[in-house]
Amino acid sequence: MTTRVKVIFFKTIIHLIAFGLLSINYYASITDQNGADPVKAIIHFTGIGALNLLLMSLLFSPIAKQLKQPWLMQCRRLVGLYSFCYTTLHILNFWWFELAFDVSLFLSELAQRPYIWLGLLAFLILLCMAMTSPLFVRRKMGAHWQQLHNWVYLAVILVWIHFYWSRKADIGETIIYITVIAFVLLLRKTKIKKWLALPKV
Amino acid sequence: QTLKTLKYTPTNSDLKLTPESKVTSYNNFYEFGTGKSDPAEYAHALTIDPWKIKVNGLVNTPFELGYEDLFNQFPLEERIYRLRCVEAWSMVVPWIGFPLSALLKNADIQSSAKYVAFETLHRPDEMRGQSSRFIGGNIPYPYTEGLRLNEAMHPLTILAVGLYGKSLPKQNGAPVRLIVPWKYGFKSIKSIVNIRLTAQEPATTWNLSAPQEYGFYANVNPNVDHPRWSQASERIITSGGLLDQKRIKTQMFNGYADEVAGLYQGMDLRKYY
Repeated sequence: MTTRVKVIFFKTIIHLIAFGLLSINYYASITDQNGADPVKAIIHFTGIGALNLLLMSLLFSPIAKQLKQPWLMQCRRLVGLYSFCYTTLHILNFWWFELAFDVSLFLSELAQRPYIWLGLLAFLILLCMAMTSPLFVRRKMGAHWQQLHNWVYLAVILVWIHFYWSRKADIGETIIYITVIAFVLLLRKTKIKKWLALPKV
Repeated sequence: QTLKTLKYTPTNSDLKLTPESKVTSYNNFYEFGTGKSDPAEYAHALTIDPWKIKVNGLVNTPFELGYEDLFNQFPLEERIYRLRCVEAWSMVVPWIGFPLSALLKNADIQSSAKYVAFETLHRPDEMRGQSSRFIGGNIPYPYTEGLRLNEAMHPLTILAVGLYGKSLPKQNGAPVRLIVPWKYGFKSIKSIVNIRLTAQEPATTWNLSAPQEYGFYANVNPNVDHPRWSQASERIITSGGLLDQKRIKTQMFNGYADEVAGLYQGMDLRKYY
């Protein structure tokens, strides 16, 4: 297989999974077949889905390096954009289906709930990354592009705290997630240290 | 599980009922797992017959009831109540049961008793959430709840033994659970084995777990928000999909202010949330 074919093949699989799962979940929720509370189901699915996709996007570069398959990097953007898409739907679901498009309630919830601030902050980071994802923007930005996209490390931590904080008591799942996050961040130890320019003790 | 068909006095209500399939598949019963569908999936492991519920503490005649007693000792009546969860959703359920006061009167309560403490069964080999903190949400077990005596004696407070004409499914708290319709759902403790009259305010599970979020009183109150979400309105769990959702204003004391507001006269409900 040529690189081009491999990329197209892999991207098709990503589309099938990410878009397919989304379609199945919306179909089931709209027709009231997604558990007793289709609203909770779709909010949780898009929220957890966004985090899963974000984590997967962070695994591309270590895996590509490890397996010496540089073409994989050409598929990373698609996964990142799906994460942004899921995040946007997560917020829209909350506003539309949970709060019934009540503008004042939506704004007061955004303003009053610290765990929502964190989610929103992560959304803004993903928004900036999505807007700068076209190749011509990337070329134009030069070195600034990488600097901007390094904020993804902060975003993934913010998303995790938002997830953890939203829980009532059960934290088993969140512990698994923080372990995976710690792992993907540890792989980039040197880079993150440089980025933060941590003072030497 | 086979459910008993119950004999009871029916009632009328304008409220639109939540479908039985949703009432019995969307439950918070952490003894079987923290997911809403976990109780329906895992509660079959629970043995409910034989059952023993003790009434004791500051009473002159402590007694015990067995499984059959729950259905035979008191006339059963239907009560259609909205169950308002602290998570800002609600269901309308046709419960069947008897007033808690009827049971407490049989115990001849001593004058020093001021509170009633309730306890759920603790049986980790049948309740998977009690055997692992990762399954059971890391809350202390056995689950305990409590009411002030005048709340417990209020005619709206019932012990439910059934819903939708039949005995309670296990995931809904079989064989007997509390229903206090003007309080958030977590007060309505399930699968009760112990009812104890006390002089001191009893410790309650969610209050122990997160005191700044869940108070002892837990009265439904649209003016006092949960720290992480508004309590001013609620979503009704009913038939219909995503595009057919209803959000309604939450009412003070879940709509029972006329009956129960007097119990809290002079109390600062922001402080005693």
